[in-house]
Amino acid sequence: MSIKPLAMRDVLLDRIWRAMAEDAKIYFVSADFGSPVLDKIRADFPDRFVNVGIAEQNLINISAGLALEGYTVFAYAIAPFITMRCYEQIRVSLALLSEVRPMNVNLIGVGAGYSYVVSGPTHQCYEDLTLMRALPNFRVLSPSDHISAGALFDRCASTKGPKYLRFDAQVLPVIYENGAPDLDVGFHIHSTGKDVCLIATGYMLHTALNVAANLTAAGHSVGIIDLFDISNFAADQLQAVLSSYAGIVTLEEGFRGRGGVDSMFFEFIARRGLSTRMLNIGVEGGYRFELGSREELHEQVGIGPQSVLSSVTTFVQSLSD
Amino acid sequence: MNMSPIDLREKAHWVWRETLAVHRRAPETRLASSLSSIEIFVALYYGGVLRFDPTQPLAEHRDRCVISKGHGSICMYPILADLGYFPLDELKRVCQTGSFLGGIPDPVIPGYETVNGSLGHGVGVATGMALGLKCKGSDRSVFVVSGDGELHEGANWEAIMFASQHKLDNLHLIIDDNRISMLGYTDDIVSHGSLSARLSAFGWDCLEVDGHDVAAVQAALLKMKKNRAGKPKALIARTLKGHGVPGLENAPLSHIMNPKPELIDSLLEQNP
Repeated sequence: MSIKPLAMRDVLLDRIWRAMAEDAKIYFVSADFGSPVLDKIRADFPDRFVNVGIAEQNLINISAGLALEGYTVFAYAIAPFITMRCYEQIRVSLALLSEVRPMNVNLIGVGAGYSYVVSGPTHQCYEDLTLMRALPNFRVLSPSDHISAGALFDRCASTKGPKYLRFDAQVLPVIYENGAPDLDVGFHIHSTGKDVCLIATGYMLHTALNVAANLTAAGHSVGIIDLFDISNFAADQLQAVLSSYAGIVTLEEGFRGRGGVDSMFFEFIARRGLSTRMLNIGVEGGYRFELGSREELHEQVGIGPQSVLSSVTTFVQSLSD
Repeated sequence: MNMSPIDLREKAHWVWRETLAVHRRAPETRLASSLSSIEIFVALYYGGVLRFDPTQPLAEHRDRCVISKGHGSICMYPILADLGYFPLDELKRVCQTGSFLGGIPDPVIPGYETVNGSLGHGVGVATGMALGLKCKGSDRSVFVVSGDGELHEGANWEAIMFASQHKLDNLHLIIDDNRISMLGYTDDIVSHGSLSARLSAFGWDCLEVDGHDVAAVQAALLKMKKNRAGKPKALIARTLKGHGVPGLENAPLSHIMNPKPELIDSLLEQNP
C-alpha cells in the first residue's frame, strides 16, 4: 500500500509534539509562523511554546538563551527569514557560541527554493544553502520527502549543535516508501549507473528521478544520489561511489555558481583529486518576478525537467568526446 | 560577597587602577568605555547582588550575568581575576599570544556567558535565559549590561518588547548610559531621549542612578533584584565615558582615543 504524501513540516512537528509529552526539555519557538500540527503543540504545551512575533533576530537569540539553559530548541519560520533576516544572530549566538558552550538549537526553515511559488523572491529561497553551509559547527539538512524529513527528529533531538532544516513548503511525492535513509551516511543511492551520476538535494531529487528516467530510456546508464545532509556526509564513501563515473551532475534549487552544493562538489572533486567531470545545475541569473507554476518557473531558470534533460544530455555526450 | 559602601569604593578604585594598568600594557583594549562601567560591575560582583561561584563559573545555581557591551568591559578582567576565576598573573598577558584575555572579551574567559564582541545580542540572549529559568522553575536572576549606544541595534527592542509581554521579572537590564558611541554623543547621532521613559513605555520598571556612586548602584540593584512584580527591570546608570582620565572623560571621540603611557603612569602615581 502506498504511503500518502504529507507536508514535511507537519510530520516533523508531529514528532516534536509526541516527544514534548515525554521530554520536558524540548522548547518550541515560532516567529509567528504556524501549521495545523503546530496548533497541537500550542494547545498542549503552552509553557514550552512561545511565539516571538515577526522578529526573527529575537527568535534566534531567545532560542540561544533557552538552549544555554539546557533546552533542546526547535525554532520555526519561513526559510529566507530564519536564515537571512537574522544571519548575524545565527553566526554569533549559535555558530560561534556553540564552539564554547554546548547547545542544541534546530532551525526549521519552510519554503526551500521556489516552493512559495507565487509569493515572489522575498519568500523564495535560493541563497540559504550557501550561507548556512558557510558556518562552522552548523549542520545543514535538506530532505526530499516527508519520510526523510520526519526521520531527522531523532538526529535533532540526540545531537547537540545548531542545525538548519531546509523544508519544502509543498507536499512532495513520497520517495522513501520503504523507510528513511541512513542518517549517518548523509546521502542515499537511489540507483547506480555507469555514465553519469545525478546528485540532487531537496525538491531537485524529484527532478533528477524524472530526468534519469528519460536518460535511461535514451540508452544512458544513470546513477542518482539524494544528498540530504549537506554538511556532514560520509565523504570517503561518496568518493568511492563517484569515482566510477565519468561525470557527475549536481542539482539544487539555489543559485548556480554562488557557493551552494555545486561549489561544494567542485571543491570535493579538486581536493580529492577525482578525474570525473562535473556539470552544475542551479538557478541561472538573478531575481525574477514572473509568475507561473513551479515547473514553469523552474524551466525559466534552467532547473526544470526539460532544461535539465537537455543540459545533462549535452553533458553526457561530451563525456564520450 | 556583600561589601560596605567604603569597601566598595576602595574596590572600584582598585579596579580603575588595574584597568588603566591593563590598558597601559595592552593599548588595543578599549579604555574609555571600560572606565564608565566599573562601578556597575563592582556593585554586581562585590555588592551582594549576584550569586556566583568562581570555582564553577557555569554552575546551575549562579545568577546569570551577560555582558553585552563587550568592548567596554575590560574592567571585568581584574574583577574576575580578583574573585578567583583565573590567576591575577593573567592580567599581565592581555592581548598576548596564548592569553585568553583579548582586546574584546570572548566566552573562553571563565565568567563570561556569551559572545560579546558584536553589539546588540546580549539583551536577546539574556531574555531567552530568563524565559528558560522561569520555565524550569528556577528563582535565579539574569543581569545584562548594555551600553546606551548599543541600544541603537534594533534587535534589542525586539527582546525588550518580548520581555515585558512575558512578564520576565527575573530579567535585569543595566544600561551604562555614558551617552557616547564611537563617533560622538549619542544625542547627536540617534538620541534615546529619556531611556527611562522609553523603557517604561515598553512595560519595564526603571530606576535611574549616578553610575559612579557605587553604593547607590548597589542599593538600586539590590532593590531591583528583590522586586518581582511581573515586569522586567532596567537600571539606567548615568556614567562618564573615560571616567577619571583627563582628556578622555566625556570626550566625544573617547572610544577610539588612547591616553599616552606617561599620562597613565602619572595618574597611577597620583592616585595610589
